[in-house]
Amino acid sequence: MSGTYLGMPSFPEAAREAVHNETLRENLRHATHTIRDKRAKAVAELADWAQLREAGRQIKDRTLRHLDEYLVQLEKSVTAAGGTVHWAADADEANRIVAGLVKATGEREVVKVKSMATQEIGLNEALEAEGITAYETDLAELIVQLGEDRPSHILVPAIHRNRGEIREIFARTMSEWGRPAPEGLTDSPAELAEAARLHLREKFLRAKVGISGANFMVAETGTLVVVESEGNGRMCLTLPETLISVVGIEKTVPTWQDLEVFLQTLPRSSTAERMNPYTSTWTGTTEADGPRDFHLVLLDNGRTATLADEVGRQALRCIRCSACLNVCPVYERAGGHAYGSVYPGPIGAILSPQLRGTESEIDASLPYASSLCGACYDVCPVAIDIPEVLVHLRERVAGQGGKGHRLEKAAIKAAGWVLNHPAALAAGEKAASKTRGLHPRRLPGAAAWTDSRDLPEVPPEPFRDWWKKNRT
Amino acid sequence: MRVGLFVTCVNDALYPRTGIAVVKLLERLGVEVGFPAGQTCCGQPQFNTGYRRETEPLVRRFDREFAPYDYVVTPSGSCAAMVRDNYPRIGRKAAAEHRGHELADAAARSVPKTYELTEFLVDVLGVVDVGAYFPHTVTYHPSCHGLRMLGLGDRPLRLLDAVRGLELRELAGAEECCGFGGTFAVKNADVSAAMGEDKVRNAVSTGADVLCGADNSCLMHIGGILRRQDAPLRALHLAEILASTEEEPHV
Ligand code: SF4
Repeated sequence: MSGTYLGMPSFPEAAREAVHNETLRENLRHATHTIRDKRAKAVAELADWAQLREAGRQIKDRTLRHLDEYLVQLEKSVTAAGGTVHWAADADEANRIVAGLVKATGEREVVKVKSMATQEIGLNEALEAEGITAYETDLAELIVQLGEDRPSHILVPAIHRNRGEIREIFARTMSEWGRPAPEGLTDSPAELAEAARLHLREKFLRAKVGISGANFMVAETGTLVVVESEGNGRMCLTLPETLISVVGIEKTVPTWQDLEVFLQTLPRSSTAERMNPYTSTWTGTTEADGPRDFHLVLLDNGRTATLADEVGRQALRCIRCSACLNVCPVYERAGGHAYGSVYPGPIGAILSPQLRGTESEIDASLPYASSLCGACYDVCPVAIDIPEVLVHLRERVAGQGGKGHRLEKAAIKAAGWVLNHPAALAAGEKAASKTRGLHPRRLPGAAAWTDSRDLPEVPPEPFRDWWKKNRT
Repeated sequence: MRVGLFVTCVNDALYPRTGIAVVKLLERLGVEVGFPAGQTCCGQPQFNTGYRRETEPLVRRFDREFAPYDYVVTPSGSCAAMVRDNYPRIGRKAAAEHRGHELADAAARSVPKTYELTEFLVDVLGVVDVGAYFPHTVTYHPSCHGLRMLGLGDRPLRLLDAVRGLELRELAGAEECCGFGGTFAVKNADVSAAMGEDKVRNAVSTGADVLCGADNSCLMHIGGILRRQDAPLRALHLAEILASTEEEPHV
């Protein structure tokens, strides 16, 4: 995975700042609760939601089991339709391929429709290093790009910003990138949207190269699918002469019929809409219509390794709806940036450490960035058991030792001995009860627990002593 | 019917009154309760922190200690969920690691007879009115594992509803995690405290005198914040409310 976010501090450290930022917390609370409630209503409209969810899970699992075959089929179909397929093992290779393709056109600018895969590999930065400017055209992505910020949500990358902040960013920086913001811009949503529209229109009409991701790739016909709400995607996909799509290999579905399930579950789970405003599909190239040149870059970047893990591979079922973010109490307080990746929230906590490995401080801390409350599993439209994968990855992190875990392991081992010797456990409990007057409510130093909570009083006698006296 | 009480390590050491309440309540309902002294901990803290192998002796111990009983009842949703959801996983993984099927068999014996207290009352004993009396206003926090892993649904609320003298107040954001999460409270102390403080704010705004739940670990976390803030309500395990009667009121 790209180095963009590596060198991040561990999750608890990164989260600390966000927790104490009142504006940020209020922005996040308001946004996540609004989408969460709307989603619950949209899902409740479908009597067969449980079956759809199960169908989605099975389609994805079956496809992932035979991914090698479907990818070969996809490559054949795309090629037959006039496209060119490139295989990229990692971020560097993908960036090299895309930069090479852009340079071959002689262009220095590209327009982009929001794509997690290109963010994952740090494509914009890689293009910039080659003297190529990438313009994000999704409204929220534009806000992030103009604000020299990082996305903090899968679907609403600027979720951490409020209207006032957005107005300020537009007024200050739009002129550096192209058409300036209108004089006297206010923070009304309509005015902000219009400013973005005017700014972007220039880019669309000028661009010769478009870069996209895809939500799905249909193996049987070599068709790519993007669902979006603003129409900017459709502009990027149809106006340029060259279209380059960078897509993770796990986005494959075998047939058009499979789309039926996901085109129902994705919009309801993500934006609480019954159907996506724009669903664009493109297959290779067509005479006198759309791009004349189409390239598909198939991205591995840690996915094959993830596929090899029997428990962890379910993370690859993800359709990036972001429902898990919107219900996650940890995400709501910590914000997306604390996850140190383009994939924040519960899915990020299991996906990033698998794609990147668990060596870095941030990746080793992500599996612990959850109280295991299970709300994410409940809402996931492809039934990814996120808590199960979190615990599975904790085992991997604990096993590799490293900072903190050696002491922890020793403590767990000692506790394990006591727990397997009930007499020792009983003696310890009795001793704690006898000395209970000495136990402080706040522990000095290390115990962050008692910064905001009092410890319970130790009772005069443990239960097992009561039982012995009263029932035996 | 022989019922073995799995009191859980947290209740044994820190909340013995909850265990005593379960014993009195079940005996009042005509159940013969036993307490196998060799029991210790379900292994949840170790398992959830990433030390699966260290929980294996506890799975064996649980199976052995409760072998003589028809049912295992525990006043902790998360410990019941640990047995029901994770013991089979621990067994399967041991088998997959070529260490035989003995653990999987132990799990298979433990799972079907392990019940969280409110489940046992409603589903097995078939009672909703347990004859309790508790003249207070009460709000209920459904802990995540009881809510989502066990699917306790409205069983606890139905039991509370039938308590004489008790006035139930709805808790805003009830289904949101309180932020305890075992070692999460220590490893991510800031986020955990922020979650707990929001939970406490909602609880206080109900105007109830008691916040009750079916899991003392969550109540320890919430209660710790309540006490730190000198809040006007206290945290109390549901079993202690259900055990309270006019003759022997909860004090
Ligand atoms: S893990 Fe599930 S809920 Fe989260 S973004 Fe992916 S599909 Fe949506």
